[in-house]
Amino acid sequence: MSLVKRTSKELPEDVALRVSHVSKDFKLPHEKTNSLKGALFNMVRGNTGYTLQHVLKDVSFEIKKGDFFGIVGKNGSGKSTLLKIISQIYTPNSGSVQVNGKLVPFIELGVGFNPELTGRENVYLNGAMLGFTKDEIDGMYDDIVDFAELGDFMEQKLKNYSSGMQVRLAFSVAIKSQGDILVLDEVLAVGDEAFQKKCQDYFFEAKRKKKTIILVTHSMGDVRKFCNKAMLIQDGVIAKYGLPDDVANAYSEYFLEQQQKVVQKDNEAVRLEQGNGIKLVDVKAMVGKEETQLLNINEDFDLDITFDCSRDIKRGIFAINLIDQQGRVALATSNKINGDQETFTKGKHRMLFSIENVLASGDYHVNIAAASGDDLLLKQSSVYQFQIRKAKLYDQSMTHPKVKVRLS
Amino acid sequence: MKITEIFTKKNRLLLKAMVSTDFKLRYQQSILGYLWSVLKPLMLFAIMYVVFVRFMRFGADVPHFTVALLLGIILWNFFNETTTGGMLSIVGHGDLLRKIHFSKYVIVVASSMSALINFGFNFIVVIIFALVNGVRPSWSNLLIIPIVFELYLLALGIAFFLSALYVNLRDLNPIWEVVTQAGFYATPIIYPISMISSKAGAMGPVYAKLDLLLNPVAQIVQDARHVLISPANPTLWQWESNFFIACWPVVFTLLIFIGGLKFFTAKSKFFAELV
Repeated sequence: MSLVKRTSKELPEDVALRVSHVSKDFKLPHEKTNSLKGALFNMVRGNTGYTLQHVLKDVSFEIKKGDFFGIVGKNGSGKSTLLKIISQIYTPNSGSVQVNGKLVPFIELGVGFNPELTGRENVYLNGAMLGFTKDEIDGMYDDIVDFAELGDFMEQKLKNYSSGMQVRLAFSVAIKSQGDILVLDEVLAVGDEAFQKKCQDYFFEAKRKKKTIILVTHSMGDVRKFCNKAMLIQDGVIAKYGLPDDVANAYSEYFLEQQQKVVQKDNEAVRLEQGNGIKLVDVKAMVGKEETQLLNINEDFDLDITFDCSRDIKRGIFAINLIDQQGRVALATSNKINGDQETFTKGKHRMLFSIENVLASGDYHVNIAAASGDDLLLKQSSVYQFQIRKAKLYDQSMTHPKVKVRLS
Repeated sequence: MKITEIFTKKNRLLLKAMVSTDFKLRYQQSILGYLWSVLKPLMLFAIMYVVFVRFMRFGADVPHFTVALLLGIILWNFFNETTTGGMLSIVGHGDLLRKIHFSKYVIVVASSMSALINFGFNFIVVIIFALVNGVRPSWSNLLIIPIVFELYLLALGIAFFLSALYVNLRDLNPIWEVVTQAGFYATPIIYPISMISSKAGAMGPVYAKLDLLLNPVAQIVQDARHVLISPANPTLWQWESNFFIACWPVVFTLLIFIGGLKFFTAKSKFFAELV
């Protein structure tokens, strides 16, 4: 494997990993075959062609020692392939990867365990595969078992473990082994809540201790929380590289566009079906006279809703819900707060919800419903999306009201 | 990637770990356990003995042919186990290859080592059997060591080739099964080589020589019988006066080993993607 060099000679001391001009293609046969018959059939049919898929195109970047480096991108953007090239599992078609030190990967949720071996034996076998000596594994064994909380199970065969326990052990091996660079692929969904909490704590600690970590994730929250550098990969090229906030924003904006297209299509179908005498025409988030889907934290805004009644609707109620990215209702309100219930006369109406913005940062969508008294006439989900930009502090908090602090 | 990488400390440790794992797992949950690795060839031997030596009187003119039969069977068994086990080894470790980078050579070598350990057990049985049968030990018996080494290189070379090919071509498993079955009969195991020369008419001696020239396992089995059991088992270098032709099976073996290794090295870059 002459393309992937493991020399530390050419790398400066402070660089942990350097990827230079890496490209990777996959051959996708038009008819995939693993058998002689298939191969012969394809040959007879003249079906020997394949499509060349360019997964990575001339990717170059550098990770410094002590970096907590996030890699984000939608499914199929090439980030997992890149991770496998970094970990020397795949060989790039061109370009090179240089690594300074021992690299420990945690890819596809596991390090590959043998179900017939006990937990202890698996840890030692895996350690050997990662390139550790028996003494080195002896040294970190207790740490691994402690972190995985599997002390009572280590002499059991792995096939008797639950899947959660297996992943926990694999993850513990990866993070507690004394490698120089840790490569993690989509891991924060590992284990139960308590274990996830533990992993989070570990990441905070790792960040503090300046351990070199490469993290591939779909969670912008994690990127913002843990990483000090990040990059966005789109269609095999680096679309954004830099501070985690910028990268996370770029990722979210990109997704907002994508989602909007899908949702609009859905709504049209739904609108045709639903709406008994009342139809939603438009929803907009407005700041002043400008529509915006990207709001700053604590920036008050109006939800401007236009609907059309084909008849008079007595005791008309129009309600909105703002749903956050965890599916929680962040705000539920309607014109009922005005007390007396109005009649929506036949024709178009505009309803303006002026909202004091105490929402936490994140993505939100709007659900709407309309009723005449107790009769539900219209109910639609996700008619609109918007996002609140990241706050500088405390972005895990559920709300973000204005707070004044005084020390006396 | 070079084959010498298996001699680095890291890979030696990994090799040891993989061989001992394999050893541990092979006969778990079986009552007789490791005894099977000796019992199986012995049972096969018993059948062959009854059918070919007792009923069909094969090798009646060769001294200690019973021992020669057992030796042939365990040598073939070793060859078969190394090539078949090696062939399946890369695909069998596909799950790991997709997750960690480690030496691919180690996988095949580890599987061959397991076969070698098995062979060791069986070989002890052969020695006991030979002594009981009245074969007199001599210093020339030690020549068995380079002969086994030659067989190991041959089998390992083929294992490298097959394991890399098997990643793309799963038909290889049944094909190789048939090939080894044919090879078993094309090798002087159940019959002495002298049977080809004496029973195949005027062309007999030519066929026998061709077998020894083209089938490296045949030459190895004959040589092993010659040095270990009785000089009455003729070898190629007795039949062939031309030094270079007599050396051909060894050269052939080396070519197969190097060819298999090169093929494996070239293909191994893409195992993780294809497996």
